[in-house]
Amino acid sequence: MRKKMNGGRGLSQLIIYVVLSALAISIVVPVAWVFMASLRQDNEFYGSPWTLPAGLHFQNFADAWGEARMGEYFLSSVLVTGMGIILLLALALPAAYALSRFRFRGHKVTGIFLMAGLFINMNYIVVPIFLMFVDADKALRTLFGGPFFMNNLFILALVYASTALPFTIYLLTGYLSTLPKEFEEAAYVDGAGYFATMIKVIMPMAKPSIVTVILFNFLFFWNEYILSMTLLTEMNGNRTLPVGLMNLMKAGKAAAHFGQMYAGLVMVMLPTLILYIFVQKKLTQGMTVGGLKG
Amino acid sequence: MNKRKGRGRFIFFCLAPALILYTIFMIYPTVKVFEMSLYKWTGFVGEKTFVGINNFIILLEDDYFLRSLQNSILLIVVVTVFTISLSLTFAGILTREKIKGQSIFRIIFYIPNILSIVVISAIFSAIYDPANGLLNSFLALFKPGDAEPVYWLGDQKIVIYSIIIAMIWQAVGYYMVMYMASMSAVPVSLYECADLEGASHIKQFFSITLPLIWTNIRTTLTFFIISTINLSFMIVKAMTDGGPDGSTEVFLSYMYKQAYTNSSYGYGMAIGVVVFAFSFALSGIVNGVTKRENLEY
Repeated sequence: MRKKMNGGRGLSQLIIYVVLSALAISIVVPVAWVFMASLRQDNEFYGSPWTLPAGLHFQNFADAWGEARMGEYFLSSVLVTGMGIILLLALALPAAYALSRFRFRGHKVTGIFLMAGLFINMNYIVVPIFLMFVDADKALRTLFGGPFFMNNLFILALVYASTALPFTIYLLTGYLSTLPKEFEEAAYVDGAGYFATMIKVIMPMAKPSIVTVILFNFLFFWNEYILSMTLLTEMNGNRTLPVGLMNLMKAGKAAAHFGQMYAGLVMVMLPTLILYIFVQKKLTQGMTVGGLKG
Repeated sequence: MNKRKGRGRFIFFCLAPALILYTIFMIYPTVKVFEMSLYKWTGFVGEKTFVGINNFIILLEDDYFLRSLQNSILLIVVVTVFTISLSLTFAGILTREKIKGQSIFRIIFYIPNILSIVVISAIFSAIYDPANGLLNSFLALFKPGDAEPVYWLGDQKIVIYSIIIAMIWQAVGYYMVMYMASMSAVPVSLYECADLEGASHIKQFFSITLPLIWTNIRTTLTFFIISTINLSFMIVKAMTDGGPDGSTEVFLSYMYKQAYTNSSYGYGMAIGVVVFAFSFALSGIVNGVTKRENLEY
């Protein structure tokens, strides 16, 4: 009896491992394959995809970085993501602080108004935002002789930050309202103003939630491409990495520059993978706290 | 008194910047979507005429829109059914069974979720390539000789399923981690009782785990509807751009196409309004249908 049960256990264990490994392989193999492909020479792409690269053709990365301008795009992505996160924190932290620690007239309405944004997805409002900037630029051109809003990395970062506000404020408000009130009261007794209290007392305590916000929005800003593609339209102008990669994919296939294309692919995903290795625990925990997807 | 005045000013300066930018870049464009849907609005600026609900009437007879509707519904249903079954199964296995390398599996399964949709599209283009793709060359191992390659992204009948597979691949890990969190909150004592009574693990999964995390599953159904609509657009845009010949056109890719390629902004926004209403209605229906008595533990 016991032996029979053990036999069944063993078989079901085996099935479980096979199923788990199948999914794991379906994820690891394509990703690893891209890394391998990024080191191939272009003529190697006509053979079997399963052979190891003939040599380590690092030239692909140099070509992608320079010739295909992925280096410039990399810099743009770093700038947009960095500015976006700074703007987002500068906007969301005070707002979340005011909403979570103070009761004032219109408190409830303000909260509901902001939370309504959780239901608005960026993909729906790309077109009006685009038209708004085109119109504004047209007006500016007649007034000052130059456009401003389109093809501007700072504006792109500003839109990213603004559209990330509802979720970020929701997350931060939830965290801040769990902090005990005594800290602020003590600070007021010591004669600290509201602003100083917020910066010096509350912000350091909110660190864990701030880290979560930075992680999620780093991934969101770095990976986003619909808005970026729509707002950075100048011929041969600035692009962010994912959009640059899309162009590289089209051009790469036409000109058979496969190696370059996969090198570009590695440049887009490597930063997120490295970040993920260090913070995977934090990320999967934070997700269940927020529990929402864009 | 002085302090109170300062308090009001402080709250105002904390909230004002966020509220202003949120209103300009989210609320105003949203209102604009609804407004524009009532106009015939072509070209960048200028020509717009009020046409009432005319855009919506045209929409009903637009074969391309109906096709995108069909595709979107197929995607929502198939992607949700497969993703939910896979992620629940994997979450159940990883929380309940003693698995070596449990955390390694969790870490790997979540990887697709941190990759840009453009990266995922590029990876799947490499997998689906008819001549030297990973999938066809793998399949060739099983059918020797010069078999006709499968055109995963070129065949109108197959391509939508190729998109579906990419979307499931992308989503499984995310929902799995989510279900794992709620499954690990189920008290172990319940399973110990069931073990003593000799219930198999599969039985335990269906009669203990699933009922107890039902609320969580319901919430994710809404996520599935909303995120499938959004992600299908982003994947289609990067991978096939609706092709070949409209066979992978989905809701928002058609909206985007009408607005930019065709410069019919009003018509495009009418599509947006319909999709928005559709996703709300569907979420409402699903929410109502799946309502069960709340179980507590």
